[in-house]
Amino acid sequence: MSKQNLALLILIILLALLPLTESRFYIFLGTDILIMGLFAVSLNLLLGYTGLVSFGQAAYFGIGAYTCALLMKKASLAFPFAFLAAGISGALGALIIGFFCIRLTQIYFSMLTLAFSQIVWAIVFKWNSLTGGDTGLIGINFPAYLDSNTRFYYFTLAVVVISLFILRKVVDSPFGRILTTIRENPERTEFIGINVKLFQLIAFMISGSFAAFSGALFGIFNHSLFPDLLYWPQSAEVLIMSLLGGMYNFFGPFVGAAIMLYMRMLVTSYTQYWPLIMGTILALLLFFFPGGIVGFLAKSRIFTRRAK
Amino acid sequence: MPDPSFLLIQCLSGLTYAMFLFLIASGLSLIFGILRVLNFAHGSFYMVGAYLTYSFVSYFIDVPGHFWLAVLFASLSIALIGGFIERFFLSRLYIREELNQLLFTYALVMILGDFAKIIWGTGQLSIPRPAVLKGAVQIFGQYFPEYNIFVISLGLGIAVLFWLILNRTRWGRIIRAAALDREMVGSLGINVNWLFTIVFAIGSWLAGLGGALVAPIAAIVPGMDVEIIINVFIVVVIGGLGSFWGTLLGALVLGQVISFGILILPRLAIVFIYILMTVVLIIRPWGLLGKPLRR
Amino acid sequence: MLKVQNLKKSFDGFIATNGVSFSVQKGELVSIIGPNGAGKTTLFNLITGHIPLDEGTVSFKGIDTTRMAPHRICRLGMGRSFQRTNIFPRLTVFQNIQAALLAHKGKSLTFFKPVESFFREETREILERVALKEFAETTSGSLSYGFQKQLELGIALASEPELLLLDEPTAGMSAQETRQTIELIGRITKEKGLTLLFTEHDMEVVFSISQRILVLHQGRLIAEGTPEQVRNNPEVQKVYLGESR
Repeated sequence: MSKQNLALLILIILLALLPLTESRFYIFLGTDILIMGLFAVSLNLLLGYTGLVSFGQAAYFGIGAYTCALLMKKASLAFPFAFLAAGISGALGALIIGFFCIRLTQIYFSMLTLAFSQIVWAIVFKWNSLTGGDTGLIGINFPAYLDSNTRFYYFTLAVVVISLFILRKVVDSPFGRILTTIRENPERTEFIGINVKLFQLIAFMISGSFAAFSGALFGIFNHSLFPDLLYWPQSAEVLIMSLLGGMYNFFGPFVGAAIMLYMRMLVTSYTQYWPLIMGTILALLLFFFPGGIVGFLAKSRIFTRRAK
Repeated sequence: MPDPSFLLIQCLSGLTYAMFLFLIASGLSLIFGILRVLNFAHGSFYMVGAYLTYSFVSYFIDVPGHFWLAVLFASLSIALIGGFIERFFLSRLYIREELNQLLFTYALVMILGDFAKIIWGTGQLSIPRPAVLKGAVQIFGQYFPEYNIFVISLGLGIAVLFWLILNRTRWGRIIRAAALDREMVGSLGINVNWLFTIVFAIGSWLAGLGGALVAPIAAIVPGMDVEIIINVFIVVVIGGLGSFWGTLLGALVLGQVISFGILILPRLAIVFIYILMTVVLIIRPWGLLGKPLRR
Repeated sequence: MLKVQNLKKSFDGFIATNGVSFSVQKGELVSIIGPNGAGKTTLFNLITGHIPLDEGTVSFKGIDTTRMAPHRICRLGMGRSFQRTNIFPRLTVFQNIQAALLAHKGKSLTFFKPVESFFREETREILERVALKEFAETTSGSLSYGFQKQLELGIALASEPELLLLDEPTAGMSAQETRQTIELIGRITKEKGLTLLFTEHDMEVVFSISQRILVLHQGRLIAEGTPEQVRNNPEVQKVYLGESR
């Protein structure tokens, strides 16, 4: 087994042992990191691998979250089906939105992803009768057989590990390689016989569905949902997580999420000025660590793989 | 059928809001046109401009015309802050991919937002309108604040002034040339680095001015930075990034849409403005008056 | 093999291509020359579908490709290199060629097999052919200009084209590099029986290997024929006075 796979296995085992600490706090943090880590890695499929800077990923996170929660609460749908439906809704949303967005490039692409995301936010915000609007959707309970923090943590761990496994396979496949050529040079990729728009759209949909899955998990974990989740700073935050960890590396965004959530937890216990700290760290990152944390580590040792 | 004079007042309200949007958006558009940076922190400059005006008013309270002094000092301070940020920080990111510059401006949003909270607290601040513009005029039986009329006139005046500068002066020509081809301008002997700093400072000044002028008529609160920037983005999308008249047109359109939208379809108004932004980007990404972006 | 009729294209009022018509037979080696701004790259972009044309038709192997998307034209058997070096900078040389093979052999939509295992032999073969074998694991963006051009050729070849469009293949090269590149191109073309259409500035190259030359000036074709004919054409001489290297 390669060094890297061994390290991953050890990490998974450690994560599985986490609940033994009996600390509600760490179980919470762990679940949060797993969910946001998956969200960040799903975004990075677009950002780091395909070169598409989407400012609207919060939309799929939110669509997944609300779909799952609403189906469970209002339609009394069993959790497995609601969860699956969340992923499908994310993919569908990405299909519709992505179809229009990929026709644009650069800043216009980003702005359109932002615009669509704001439409989704506005709909969720205003559709009080369905989503509870500003007052939120509350009372989202654990599904019957996952009715404790620990059980839900294990479920989340399983889902996230499987999802990352799938995403890793996608990224290491010929499809994934072509995505990187699209990132490097879309014009050239067109003329090696690739329908670039099709590939971008597929990447969009994969990214959207995993973002939705992470959103669905979040809804249950948080026991409530608020439209804030879809507001654009949320999209910016997950972008920053990716950059923090390193967008040219598969696990970078996950590491970024873990660091950011951990730091936020630390900092907010001392001060309310977390944005100030976050902004400063982001700025330092941009100036001194262009490859993110993982990128920086990769340059100093050879134990992480670059997203080629 | 609502009363026509009421409609007129709504229209004028929309126009007032449009002028604020125009001031901030023209700064954003100018910076984007020359530096190719979409400055997320433009809303923050607006906000800090408002906060600084509050402080300067307190500082100058015994001086006659203290409001105008405050506006002057506040907007110039923002210009200096903007220029400083560009010169010593932003410029170092030009060689990197655009995402880095974008995220840096976002980092500024977070930093400036918290600085404002630290210095001015989280409560709501306000200042009174300047004495000379305290009243209201009667228009067809309805009252409309004199101050707002002043803002509308000033906005249009600045629009005309800027158009004259851009099209009838040497510096204006240089700026327009730099928007098309910076390297060329550099080889003409112009110090492009300083040009960028100055352009960024001017753009910031406009945002700061907007904030200074809004101080007497809006609540100065945390969050006004994030709230305004998204509307500013919609304005430049509708009008066209980098287009001067487009920005004015976009501001006017959005101003009216928001003003009447809240009246006609209060629940859908907010969705509608984003749908508007989306439709423009899909059908005509370079806006109503912009030019297609060269690849 | 390639038939171009009455191509017209203008940008914002500027006429880049003004009624160009010509055809290229299978196995021919045709070059397009013309002063800067004559519209050579635009012409290529129109043929390969990268930009839409205003008027005219393009047909390739008897199929009308006028409104076809670039990737479909490529799949029909047209390959191209670009004027500005167009490779995938952050990928290694090996990965660059391998990606082209993945696309060409229809394996691009494979999701669950590791990419490392695909087409290793075929990639090595192409690397040998373009003399880049020792750089296989080098990041392509760090290669010198000349080698990047060779890589470009490799990428174009991976798609097993029947018609190869080369846009200024020796641009910016020293005399030595030019000779090597031309020799390489000539060899490969003969080996694979390719049809070659290329644009060039270097007159020595053009006159030494072309079977037929097309002369473009201000968007129109002003002369066509064998190197001898073109060399003696008064129109061409007028346009080119002082142009040759």
